[in-house]
Amino acid sequence: MSTLVGTPPRTSSVLSTAVPNPRPFRLVRHSLALARRSLIKTWRTPEALIDVTLQPVLFLIIFVYIFGGAVAGSTHDYLQFLLPGILAQTIATGAIAIGVNLNTDIAKGIFDRFRSLPVPRSAPLVGAVLGDVVRYVIVTVSTLAIGYLLGFRIESDPLRAIAGCLLAVLFALCLSWLPVFVSMKVRTPGAVQGLMFALIMPLSFASNVFVSAETLPGWMRAFVDVNPMTHLVAAVRGLFLGTPVGSHVWWTLAWCAGFVVVFMPLALRAYRRKI
Amino acid sequence: MSGDPRTLYGMTADLVIEAEGLVKNFGKTRALQGVDLAVPRGTVLGVLGPNGAGKTTAVRILSTLLSPDAGTARIGGFDVVRDAERVRRSIGLTGQYASVDEDLTGRQNLELFGTLLELGRTGSRRRAAELLDWFDLTAAADRQAKTYSGGMRRRLDLAASLVGSPDVIFLDEPTTGLDPAKREDMWDVVRSLVTNGSTVLLTTQYLEEADALADAITVIDHGRVIAYDTPEGLKRVVGGQTLEVRPSDPAHLSRIAAILSEVGSGAQADEIRKGVLAVPVSDDAALTETVARFAAAGISVTELSLHLPSLDEVFFTLTGRTASDDDTTSLTEVAA
Repeated sequence: MSTLVGTPPRTSSVLSTAVPNPRPFRLVRHSLALARRSLIKTWRTPEALIDVTLQPVLFLIIFVYIFGGAVAGSTHDYLQFLLPGILAQTIATGAIAIGVNLNTDIAKGIFDRFRSLPVPRSAPLVGAVLGDVVRYVIVTVSTLAIGYLLGFRIESDPLRAIAGCLLAVLFALCLSWLPVFVSMKVRTPGAVQGLMFALIMPLSFASNVFVSAETLPGWMRAFVDVNPMTHLVAAVRGLFLGTPVGSHVWWTLAWCAGFVVVFMPLALRAYRRKI
Repeated sequence: MSGDPRTLYGMTADLVIEAEGLVKNFGKTRALQGVDLAVPRGTVLGVLGPNGAGKTTAVRILSTLLSPDAGTARIGGFDVVRDAERVRRSIGLTGQYASVDEDLTGRQNLELFGTLLELGRTGSRRRAAELLDWFDLTAAADRQAKTYSGGMRRRLDLAASLVGSPDVIFLDEPTTGLDPAKREDMWDVVRSLVTNGSTVLLTTQYLEEADALADAITVIDHGRVIAYDTPEGLKRVVGGQTLEVRPSDPAHLSRIAAILSEVGSGAQADEIRKGVLAVPVSDDAALTETVARFAAAGISVTELSLHLPSLDEVFFTLTGRTASDDDTTSLTEVAA
């Protein structure tokens, strides 16, 4: 057996800088850097924004002109009533996409690269969730824009209108930990989509999105009254139309906190175990 | 035949990668069944084995992506399980699984990794530009990685693992699927990394790749180390050397065969190809003796050479299979 020659001298060319010690607020900074990655991806693939641009437009037009006359007596009255509901519904379905995307992404190897770097384990997930905020803002803007073209008008004041929009975005942001968790547990992107629609559809139809909750039979009222979507819609409706919001804003915030407290730890744990 | 690295590198070897008794099971699949690995600073270890031998599992454990079921591994003295964070600061990983984001441009990818490695905004930009230049990717820097050719993608993958200027680099089958010219380029990159002081662990199915780059080779099969030696050592252990002669005049074949059988280590000379005779010999001295005998007998030859067995033969001897049994194209076939 031969003996090998020793160490070549370490010169400083390409291999000059060493990785410095971690600085504080690493989770925040790394999550934001990774959120920026999601933003670039969104920007690069505008076709992935169809669910947050086209869907509210189609839903508004279809529901307002088909049901408006029958449900509310006039299309304009129904538009005023329906728009906050459509916003809540599309922003909630818009949150499904993150689960679908993560399920695809995680198989591709970029996540293994992240895990081999000195990056907090949860940063790639937190970053992806934060990066999707831009999609929720796009839903809100496109829903309001088409609404205005069709004749929708804010009846409160700009401050409360903005508060309504922020509440909807926050709701989607918190809710998205549920699809993130589902995406860590099921095998295919299609399964994430299917399962999430099965969860979101009853929430958005068995609610006050399309009709006033007073018209529903008693047994359904029980579900509708605790449905997080009902609280969000009632809160946004009140904030947009200047009608009383009661305790709905607080219930919505409580549901938001609940989604994060329950599904964020579950999602992070499933993510750590996944690979 | 699996030896101690200190017999190869001397007692003072500064081991940057050390693994002892690594075991990993996936359900009923016993991926690793007690694997030892050792790589001194500034050297290349080639980990050689067929698909499914456990090479990738070993790399995933060493790069902190997987925890071993048993055994320990240290990188630069830090345990890959207990001090995973410290290990991650000194390693770079390139492989079929540790890739880049295809929707981002080459530059965006490298800058993202720079940010995550705490190089700061300016530092990340400078480092990305430096690596893009070094890997000849500057012209494609602002195109999405999914538009890159296979060779460009590999270079970007490797560049991505070098952003933090790691001391230790893991290359998991870095040239699988590349054509021979691109493969040579990658080899040059690996060589210059080592010249600059990096320690490299390289897995490959290509014997020629291990032969070209590695200071030492660990052969893994069915989750076990079946050999550990220098490339020359492995070849010597398995086959000894062969002397090959092509006479200028085919009429001399039988006289040459007689001479070769005498200088050889016992076996009869054989015509291994049309007009080429070969005989196993025990050492280099046989070459000089053969030349002297040919001169005395007045025989001229057009070819006279001494060969170590190829690593293909070594692998076949060790495992009873060729290295590329479960692979359609092997480097040796392409390059032959």
